[in-house]
Amino acid sequence: MTLPRIESAPARHDEGPAPKVVPARHLLRWPAALGVLILLAMAANALVTNPAWEWDVVGAYLFAPSVVRSVLLTLELTALGIVLGFALGTVLALMRLSPNPLLSSAAFGYVWLFRSLPLILQLLFWYNLALLYPRLSFGIPFGPGFFDIGTMDLVSPLAAATLGLALHQAAYAAEIVRGGLLSVDPGQREAAAALGIPRARRFFRIILPQAMRSIVPNAGNEIIGLVKGTSVVYIMALPELFYQVQVIYNRNGRVMALLLVAAIWYLILTTVLSIAQHYVERHYGRGRA
Amino acid sequence: MVELRGVHKSFGSLHVLRGVDLDVGRGEVLVVLGPSGSGKSTLLRTINHLEKVDRGTVRVDGELLGYRRSGDRLYELREREILRRRTQIGFVFQNFNLFPHLTVRQNITEAPVHAQRRPRAEADALAVRLLERVGLADKADAYPGTLSGGQRQRVAIARALALEPKVLLFDEPTSALDPELVGEVLSVMKDLAGGGTTMIVVTHEIGFAREVADTVAFMDAGRVLELGPPAQVLDDPAHERTRAFLTKVL
Ligand SMILES: Nc1ncnc2c1ncn2[C@@H]1O[C@H](COP(=O)(O)OP(=O)(O)O)[C@@H](O)[C@H]1O
Ligand SMILES: [Mg+2]
Repeated sequence: MTLPRIESAPARHDEGPAPKVVPARHLLRWPAALGVLILLAMAANALVTNPAWEWDVVGAYLFAPSVVRSVLLTLELTALGIVLGFALGTVLALMRLSPNPLLSSAAFGYVWLFRSLPLILQLLFWYNLALLYPRLSFGIPFGPGFFDIGTMDLVSPLAAATLGLALHQAAYAAEIVRGGLLSVDPGQREAAAALGIPRARRFFRIILPQAMRSIVPNAGNEIIGLVKGTSVVYIMALPELFYQVQVIYNRNGRVMALLLVAAIWYLILTTVLSIAQHYVERHYGRGRA
Repeated sequence: MVELRGVHKSFGSLHVLRGVDLDVGRGEVLVVLGPSGSGKSTLLRTINHLEKVDRGTVRVDGELLGYRRSGDRLYELREREILRRRTQIGFVFQNFNLFPHLTVRQNITEAPVHAQRRPRAEADALAVRLLERVGLADKADAYPGTLSGGQRQRVAIARALALEPKVLLFDEPTSALDPELVGEVLSVMKDLAGGGTTMIVVTHEIGFAREVADTVAFMDAGRVLELGPPAQVLDDPAHERTRAFLTKVL
């Protein structure tokens, strides 16, 4: 077998002044920009001039007390889902990375189960748990119980929704946190251990802040996903944003206007969160170029 | 100060340390040479119990590091106690392993404050003194990412010194550096040796070994093949393997 010979073009050394650089021309750029502008103008025209959108109704309901209350509930569910989800997810990630095979397979099983079940199914399941186990008791398995409580008292619709969202979120958070922890150079752990820094401090001061660099962008996705994801709890008749606008348009028939109200609020929430994410990323990026 | 007796260590079926005996006296400098994979890093890591030994004992200042002896058995100590004993040993890594999200000052004060529970003000003053000593007094508030390799390694040395350890371990401290930056790190290490710090240095810098070492050990395949004053080991080695290695690195 012979290797192909690489022919190099003979170098030419043109004398004279340095040549002027002419950037390549993009002939389609202007027509394309014009096309986009026309489409945008058409969309704006359709939104503003078609009376079916009923902008006056949108304006009237955007800050209606019942709508604002529902936005707050949406935020509350999101915050609870994310905080509890990431707290449990962090524990699961640590279990998954632990050398103990029982802990790591338990975490694996959890992630497998909760990623496999649709959120809506899980929510209905918790909501209806009271029918399955009318009383919950805590104690030694198959042995005596320590205390005993009516399931309905414990699992209110709000608690069921929070539980469902948090458990669901934890499965995804576990993978995000695990990925983040694995992205930290093992030398960091080693250096911290060699300095005699206690285990908890090693995790919270040295490893986790570095893992945050890869956790935050993914967590941002999850939070924004959850803001909208909370809308599935409408099936439990919890008056979060999506449920609330449905209640209103079922009463007054202004469907489009109220969907717009919800859309505007979701846009506001995700915009605020995206801006917050930018600053959080900058915080954890400190010390790096 | 450091005493190893019959230290064995395996990773699975790979027998990395095969009975190592070493003694380093107070204020002495031991330089360890040897080909890649001969077990030098593993040896250093067993000294501060980053790696558990399978057999044999490691003592630092008379204390077993990871164990408590009772009768003819060794009981592994609890994490807290191991961490306390570890603070008596400074470790300098080939890749520095500075904490990139902390400033130089925070890197240095982290262990005195949180491992040794010294007051913050005392640790800050210590950081200032140590940075002066390694010639980086103006870098206290810089992040490691803005420093050159040589400067980073000098910060790492200051960080290890902040524990006021009884012995300093160096694992190829200049191997990750550009050639023109090696000198500044070696000169800090020479100052330390001159000041009476007990040091064990794994390095390929033969010049440093010749000038600074009290004892040179040559390791090969998990054993200390040759041990003696630099003049003897470097200029008149008894083993063919040592001679072959030296011709390669010189
Ligand atoms: N944690 C580990 N697990 C498995 N093998 C290891 C581990 N650490 C080191 N080794 C192996 O042990 C041998 C000696 O490694 P090392 O002590 O790093 O040698 P040196 O520092 O002399 O180059 C090498 O073959 C290396 O691959
Ligand atoms: Mg090594």
